[in-house]
Amino acid sequence: MADRAEKLVCNSVWKLFGAGAEDLLKRTGGAPTVEQVAEGGLIGAVRDASFNVLEGEIFVIMGLSGSGKSTLVRCMSRLIEPTGGEIIFDGNDLLKATANEMVELRRHKMGMVFQHFALLPHLTVLGNVAFPLEVQGIDRGTREERAREIIELVGLQGRESYYPRELSGGQQQRVGIARSLAVEPELWFLDEPFSALDPLIRREMQDEFLRLQNVLHKTIVFITHDFDEAIRLADRIAIMKDGAIDQIGTPEDLVVRPATDYVAEFTKDVSRAKVLSVASVMSPAPRRKPAGGYGGEIPVETKIGEVASRMSDGDKPFAVLGSDGKQVGQVTKDAVVGVLIQG
Amino acid sequence: MAETSINPHVGDGNNAAPSPLDWLIRRPMLLAWTVALGAATFFWLFGQPWAKWAFKYPSAWKWKISKEISAGMEWLMNEATFGLFTFRELTRAISWVIEKPYEIVLSLLSTGFLEGQGSQAIQIIPPLSWIAVLTVVVLLGRYVKDWKLGALLGGCFLYLVVFGQWESAMVTLSSIMIAVPLGIIAALFVGLLGYRSVWVERAITPVLDLMQTVPVFAYLVPVLIMFGFNAVSAMIATMIYAMPPMVRVTMLALRQVPSEIVDLGTMVGCTRRQMTWKVLIPSAVPTLMIGVNQVIMLSLNMVIIASMIGAGGLGADVLASLRSLNFGGGIEAGFAIVFLAIALDRLSQAMAEKAPASHGDGQNEGILKKYPYTVFCTAVALITGIVGTSWGVSWASWIGGPSWGMYSAAVQDYPEAWTITTGAFWSDIIKHINVNYFDYIDAFKGMLLTNFLVPFKRFLVSLPWIAVVLLLGLAGYTLGRWRLACLCMVLSLFIAVVGLWEKAMITIYLCGISVLVASMIGMPIGIAAAQRDRLWRVVQTIIDTLQTLPSFVYLMPVVMLFRVGEFSAIIAVVAYAVAPAVRYTAHGIRQVDPQLIEAGIVSGCTPFQLLTKVKLKLAFPEIMLGLNQTIMLSLSMLVITALVGTRDLGQETLIALTRARTGDGIVAGLCVAFIAIIADRLIRAGAERMRTRLGLQ
Ligand SMILES: Nc1ncnc2c1ncn2[C@@H]1O[C@H](COP(=O)(O)OP(=O)(O)O)[C@@H](O)[C@H]1O
Ligand SMILES: [Mg+2]
Repeated sequence: MADRAEKLVCNSVWKLFGAGAEDLLKRTGGAPTVEQVAEGGLIGAVRDASFNVLEGEIFVIMGLSGSGKSTLVRCMSRLIEPTGGEIIFDGNDLLKATANEMVELRRHKMGMVFQHFALLPHLTVLGNVAFPLEVQGIDRGTREERAREIIELVGLQGRESYYPRELSGGQQQRVGIARSLAVEPELWFLDEPFSALDPLIRREMQDEFLRLQNVLHKTIVFITHDFDEAIRLADRIAIMKDGAIDQIGTPEDLVVRPATDYVAEFTKDVSRAKVLSVASVMSPAPRRKPAGGYGGEIPVETKIGEVASRMSDGDKPFAVLGSDGKQVGQVTKDAVVGVLIQG
Repeated sequence: MAETSINPHVGDGNNAAPSPLDWLIRRPMLLAWTVALGAATFFWLFGQPWAKWAFKYPSAWKWKISKEISAGMEWLMNEATFGLFTFRELTRAISWVIEKPYEIVLSLLSTGFLEGQGSQAIQIIPPLSWIAVLTVVVLLGRYVKDWKLGALLGGCFLYLVVFGQWESAMVTLSSIMIAVPLGIIAALFVGLLGYRSVWVERAITPVLDLMQTVPVFAYLVPVLIMFGFNAVSAMIATMIYAMPPMVRVTMLALRQVPSEIVDLGTMVGCTRRQMTWKVLIPSAVPTLMIGVNQVIMLSLNMVIIASMIGAGGLGADVLASLRSLNFGGGIEAGFAIVFLAIALDRLSQAMAEKAPASHGDGQNEGILKKYPYTVFCTAVALITGIVGTSWGVSWASWIGGPSWGMYSAAVQDYPEAWTITTGAFWSDIIKHINVNYFDYIDAFKGMLLTNFLVPFKRFLVSLPWIAVVLLLGLAGYTLGRWRLACLCMVLSLFIAVVGLWEKAMITIYLCGISVLVASMIGMPIGIAAAQRDRLWRVVQTIIDTLQTLPSFVYLMPVVMLFRVGEFSAIIAVVAYAVAPAVRYTAHGIRQVDPQLIEAGIVSGCTPFQLLTKVKLKLAFPEIMLGLNQTIMLSLSMLVITALVGTRDLGQETLIALTRARTGDGIVAGLCVAFIAIIADRLIRAGAERMRTRLGLQ
C-alpha cells in the first residue's frame, strides 16, 4: 500500500466553532488545550486532525455522534472553512484555492453523498442524477445519457421518471450515490450514507458499495458511526473522539493493537476471525515440505475465518503465498483454532 | 426557592406570620406596582388643578412633524432628482411597468383589444367570453386537484355571471392578476436579500412590522400623490399591503431548506445564481406557497379600500352602495368579492399541495395528449369568440332566425335579461327589520352606550398621559427589562408629542371593548370545541371561511342594522376578531401534552378540574398569543370602521386621505402602529415568561 500516491493530506486541521476562534488558535501557537477551548466559549469540533488518504483506498472515519466527523469531512471539501491547519489535495494547498478554483474542483474532482440523501424534491431521479452536469451547463441530451448509464450502474433502471418521494430510503440513497458519481469524481466523500437505512438494507447497500468500488477504484473518505460497517468496508480506519483522532490503522491493526482504551472498547466484541488475516498467525515455512503435504494454498491477506472453513476436513497445514505468488509461510490448524476460540 | 420559604406551611415556627410589609418587600416588582398604581390613582384624582399639562398635552409643546413630512413629500415630487432622472420620472416608469401588463389582462378579460383612442376606439378582438372564462376556471380546478374543485370554482364564477357582477368582477380580477404576481416577485427578491444578509434582515424586519401595523389609509395618501387617482395606484397600494407576510415567509422558507441540500448545491459547484434558482427556491416551494396564498387573500381584502384611490370593479361598486346606503346592491357586489376570494383561496391552496405529476413518461405524444387542457380551453375560447362576434351573430340569424342570433350574441355577453338580482330582497329585509325592530335595537344600543361604553371612554380619556407612559414603561420593565421599557415609553410618548393622545385613547377604548367582547365570545367556543373532535371540525370550517372574508364584508350588515357610529364599529370589529380568539384557544388546549392529561385523569381530576387545573393552565401562553392576534386584527379592522364614523386615529387617517394630507395620515398611521407594537411586544414577552415558567420551552 505504501507505493500508492497520497491523494489528500490533512495536517493538524482544527475547526473551532464560536467567536474569536482564530484568535485563540494564534494565541496558543495553533495548539490550544481542551480547557483553553472551553474557556474561550468555543466548541472544538475538530482538534488537530492529521492523516493522509491514499489513491484508491477506502478511508473510513469512525466515531460516535457529535465526535466531529461531519465537520471534518466538510473541512476537506471546504464546505466549512477550517480554523487552522493544512489540507493538501493532489499536491496543492486546498485552503489557498480561490472560490472559482473550488467551484471547478467540486464540479470535476469531488463527489459527496449525504446522510439524509439531499435529493431535490422537484426533480425526477433522472433530473437529480443529471443535476451536477446541468449545473456545469452540459446540454440536456448528453447529460441525460450519462445519467441513464449511472442509474443503470446503481441498479435503478426503470425508475428514471420517479420523484424522490416515490422511492424507498435505500432507493433514494442509490440516487444520491448515482448523482455523486455523475461527474466521475476522483475523490468521493460519503457522510454516513447508510445510517438512515434499516439494518437489512444497510447490509445490502454495503455490498453494493463494495461492488461499485471494485469497478470504479475511487479514492474514498467514508464516514460512519458503526464500527462493524467500518470493519467491513475500510482499508484504513481513523477513530475519532471529541474532535480528535485517537488512532489510524487497518482494521487488523485496531483489533490487534488498540492504541487507547477507547479504541479497545470498540474492538473487544469484534470477531477476530473476520478481521485478522493469516499473516498474523503464520509461522515460517519449514525448509522442507511437511510430510503430509499442504492442504492448500492461500494468499497472505486471506481472513482467518475463510481459511477455517476450508481446514475443517483435514489436519494438514496450508501454504501461505505472498503477492508475488511465492510461499512466505504456513498456517496450521492449531493456530487458526486458537483465533477462533478467542471469538 | 424563595417562594417556598415564604409559604407558611413550610416555614419554621419562628416567623410563621410575616407582616404584610415584609411579604411585599420580598417581591420588589409587586411593591413597585403597588406604589406606582397608588401614585397614579392619586395623581389622577387630585393632580388636575396643579398639573394641567399632564392631563391634556399642551399644544404649544406639539411637535409639528406632519407638516415636515408633507413638505418633504412635496419636495420629493417637485424637486427630488437622482441625477440621471427625477423622482417624478421614476414614478412614471414604475407606473408604466405596472400599467402595460394590466392593460393586456384587462383587454383579455374585460374590454377587448381596442384600436384608437377614447370613445372612438374600435374593438378589434373581443374579450374572452364568459363561457370561455368559466371553462378555463373549471378545467384549472380539475387540473390542479379534481373535478370537485373545478365545480366549486365554476360555481363561484357562475354567481358572478348570473348576478350580473361579471364586468366589475373581471376588472377586479385583472388587477388582482397583476398585483399578486408582481407583489410575489418583489417580495421574493426582498426576502432573498434578507436571507443572504443578516444586515438586510435586521433593517427590513422593523419596516415589515410597521407595514403590517400601519393602517392602509396612511400610505394611500403618498401613493395617491405619487401615482395619481387610477388603477395603478390601487395596485401599488395593494402590493404594499400584501407583500410583508410573503417577505417573511420567503426568508423563513429559505432558512428552512435543509443544510444538506445547501451543501449539495455547493458540492456540485453551483454558482450563486444557480444555488438560488435551482436549489434553494425549488426546495422551498411548499412553504413559499403559504405566502402566495396570503398575498392573494390580502390583495382581495384590499379590493374595496383600493377603490378609494382609483380601482374600479367590485370594490368601487361596494363603496358606492355603502356611501349611498343602497344595501341591496352592496350585498351582491360584496358576495361577489367573497366568492372570488373563496375561489382564489381554494385554488391557490390546492396548487400549494399539488405535488409534481407522478412518474409516467409523457414523451413523444401528440400535443393533444400532452396538453389536453390547454388545447380544449383554446378551442372553447376561439369558438365562443367567433360565435359571439357580430359576424357570427348575423350568420346565426341567417341560418336560424333572430332567436338564434340572440343566443349567438349571448355567448359573448351574458344577456342582462337573464341575470337575477336579490338587491330588492335584501333591502326589504333590512327595511322590515328597521321598521319593526328599530326601537328595540336603538334602546339596546343606547343602554349599552350610556351604561358601559361612554363611561369607559371617559375614564380612558381622562387619564393623565404622563402616568400612562410611565406605567407602560413599568410594564415593559417587568416583562422585558430596560429594552422593552424604553420601547414602550418612547412609542407612547410619540403619540402624546404629536398631539394625538385623545384620539389614541378612543382607539384604545374601541379596540379594548371589542377585544374583550370578542374574547368573551371566542374563548368559550374555543374551549368547548377543543374537547370535542366533531364540533372542532365544524367550528374550524366556519372560522376558516370567516377569515377568508374581506374585512369590509363585516361592515355592511352592521351598518344596515345599527347605522353609523361607534357601536356599529365595535360590532363589526368583534365579528371580525372572534375567529382568532376561537382558533388560538382551541389550538392551545388541543396541543397540551396528552401524557399530562392522562396524569391528571389518573390523579382523579374531575373533567372540570382537568380543564381548569391542567389544560387551561398549560394552554395559557398560546391563549395569550391568540389574544395578541385578536388585538392586531381588531386594530386593523377598527381603522376601516372609520368609514362608519368613529372619532379615533382611524378617522384621522381617513380624513388625511380625503384631503390628501400626507403628513397627517402618516403620523396618525404611525400612532396606530405604535399602539399595536406596544401591545404585541408586551403580550409576547408575557407569553414567553409564562412558557418558561411552565417549562414548555
Ligand atoms: N455550525 C456549528 N456551530 C456550532 N457547533 C457546531 C456546528 N456544527 C457542528 N457543531 C458541533 O460540533 C460537534 C461535531 O459535530 P459533527 O461534526 O456534526 O459531529 P458528527 O458528524 O460526528 O455527529 C458537535 O458538538 C456539534 O454540536
Ligand atoms: Mg454527522
